[in-house]
Amino acid sequence: MARREVSRKTLLTVTAVFIAAVAGLTLALKGSTGLQWIVSGLTVGSIYALVAMGFSVIYSSTRVINFAQGEFSMLGGMLMYSIYMRAGLPLPLAFLVSVLIVTLIGAGLERATIHPLRNQSVISVIIVTIGLAIFIRATAKLIWGSEPVKVASFTGDKPLRFLGASIVPQSFWVFGLTLLAFVLVFLFFDRTLLGKGMRAAAANPDAASLMGISSSTSSLVAWTMAAALGAAAGIVIAPINFAYYYAGTMLGLKGFTAAILGGLGSASGAVVGGLLLGVLETIVAGVFPSGYKSAVAFVILILVLLIRPEGLLGRSEGVKV
Amino acid sequence: MLRKRIHKIPLLVMCVLIAATLVIAGCGEKTVDTSKSVFKIGAVLSLTGPAAPLGEPEQRALMLLEEELNDGEGVDGHKVEFIIEDDESQPEKAKAAITKLINQEKVPAVIGSSSTGATLAMAPVAESSKVPLVCCAAGTKITDPVMPYVFRTPPTDSMAIEKVLDYLENSLKVEKIAILHDANAFGTGGADELSQKAPDAGIEIVARESYGSTDTDMTAQLTKIKGTDAEAIVVWGTNPGPASIAKNMQQLAMEIPYVGSHGIANKKFIELAGTASEGVVFPAGKLLIPESIEEGSEWRQAVDDFAQAYEDKYNMEIDTFAAHGYDAGLIVTEAMKMAGTGTDSQAIRDAIEEIEEFVGIDGIYTFSAKNHDGLSADDLIMIEVKDGDWVEKTS
Repeated sequence: MARREVSRKTLLTVTAVFIAAVAGLTLALKGSTGLQWIVSGLTVGSIYALVAMGFSVIYSSTRVINFAQGEFSMLGGMLMYSIYMRAGLPLPLAFLVSVLIVTLIGAGLERATIHPLRNQSVISVIIVTIGLAIFIRATAKLIWGSEPVKVASFTGDKPLRFLGASIVPQSFWVFGLTLLAFVLVFLFFDRTLLGKGMRAAAANPDAASLMGISSSTSSLVAWTMAAALGAAAGIVIAPINFAYYYAGTMLGLKGFTAAILGGLGSASGAVVGGLLLGVLETIVAGVFPSGYKSAVAFVILILVLLIRPEGLLGRSEGVKV
Repeated sequence: MLRKRIHKIPLLVMCVLIAATLVIAGCGEKTVDTSKSVFKIGAVLSLTGPAAPLGEPEQRALMLLEEELNDGEGVDGHKVEFIIEDDESQPEKAKAAITKLINQEKVPAVIGSSSTGATLAMAPVAESSKVPLVCCAAGTKITDPVMPYVFRTPPTDSMAIEKVLDYLENSLKVEKIAILHDANAFGTGGADELSQKAPDAGIEIVARESYGSTDTDMTAQLTKIKGTDAEAIVVWGTNPGPASIAKNMQQLAMEIPYVGSHGIANKKFIELAGTASEGVVFPAGKLLIPESIEEGSEWRQAVDDFAQAYEDKYNMEIDTFAAHGYDAGLIVTEAMKMAGTGTDSQAIRDAIEEIEEFVGIDGIYTFSAKNHDGLSADDLIMIEVKDGDWVEKTS
């Protein structure tokens, strides 16, 4: 156990040094261009982090990987388009209504499709989530069509410039939401009784239920939270990404990679994994022929699963036989 | 359970019969002869997945054409039926779909697919089954070299590239350009051909970068291009990528001219990129600005009629993809009329090669044994985004 902790610390140090080296080198060699890459990478990375946190919330409570997580974000963006852009509700209200609708959808889907499988293996539930993703995507296509739609930026499009780099104002909304979501998720799982209980229910459902923690409630709460988080993420990134029925696929894939990289089931892991993936992708696209960019996520996914399946910040689950 | 099922079948048959009666009853003087067999035509289109914005209007256009034909006299009195399959924007699914259409539905000709990748996957099947394939995709590789059974309706990427190079050389008068392209078959094919043909126009490619179809931030590629002495940037891809690029260029305060491909020839691009789309120039079919087609000509009439019928049926504006689908259907049915058969694949194929000066929506088609493209670069114009709308760019 002790040795495990040491290796975790070493790994974190190595990662930190690596990040610092890459960032430092990029800045030193490329100057303002390098700064632009890092700034752009952080924006993209925050988007990944937000989706990754959704994966983490459900995983830490139920050990299920929800492949429909990206679809919640897509729904958030599409609803925002309908409510904010088309119906013309004020921004805060449109935001809340969109999140609320997706949250209800998330809770409803959990009761309709995940809850009946509570006595089945985790893998069957994961397969159901793939089905859910396809279902949500197809329904969204029926409602909104296949063309991308535009959601206006919350605070204009005038880019801010500093030291030769520039950033669009919407990025700050993304950073802000990432920070807020991180703090809330962290506090929930580490400081509240319900949150701690939910993690316990995932680790050992039988023992937890003896202590009065129901894994059924735990699953419902987790899905509700993940849907709300996913929707909020989808809404703030829609002005950057555009909203279209297919958007959830890419978000899901990148968010999943970020979650694996950082360590599934850890909110801080999701943030670190997301930011790291975003920055690495952008730097790779900048330094190497940009075609290699799309390989970054997959290479990382394979490397992490081979070398350290529990991710950078995850703890290995010692199963005693 | 069993009983329910038995009851359902006659009900279904009745519904079909009623529907058929309605169709027949609605016909005017020239009607389809119901005693004649139905001519089936297969179609594989990308109705879902990233290429859905292409496949959907193509499907709508085909359904409109089917309705128009069957309201008239069909093909030589035979009712026409388009059997449309979805390839989900995936080449392997497209291949499976065309195999199914040929082997199970026994269609004599197939239309599709919407994208170059899917069409290239279908071509070998069409060739080995000796069934003509009329595609709605623009990739140069589809008809170069010519395959006996593969034809095309849209203007090719080569024609668009010809037009773009002409614009760069003679209107913008630039010598150094950067290319930023989608990493898919359309983008890569376009970039390859641009790189290959640019030297002939006295243009040097100083940077060539790519992005993934679902990428949302291209600032890394653009900063690289900004660091070169490129005088213009050519973006080869379909929405939403090029819209993100326009926005990123605005963010990075890049002032060099943005020349797009015919892949952004829809109003979506303007909606998505907003003010960043101003000044973007791209090649497209003349039908997008019908006023660019000679007033009173047969072509202008065809475009106006099609736009009106499409508007009436779907309450939507036509776009280039609708035109591709409609023309593909027109060409196959025209070939059937010329060949006097709706079942003989070989005769239909031979008839397509005989089509000459045939007025479609995209342009005026002339096929031959050596030319399976039908259109020419003259059917294209350069369009500029100005005040949120399109204007013809005349240099």
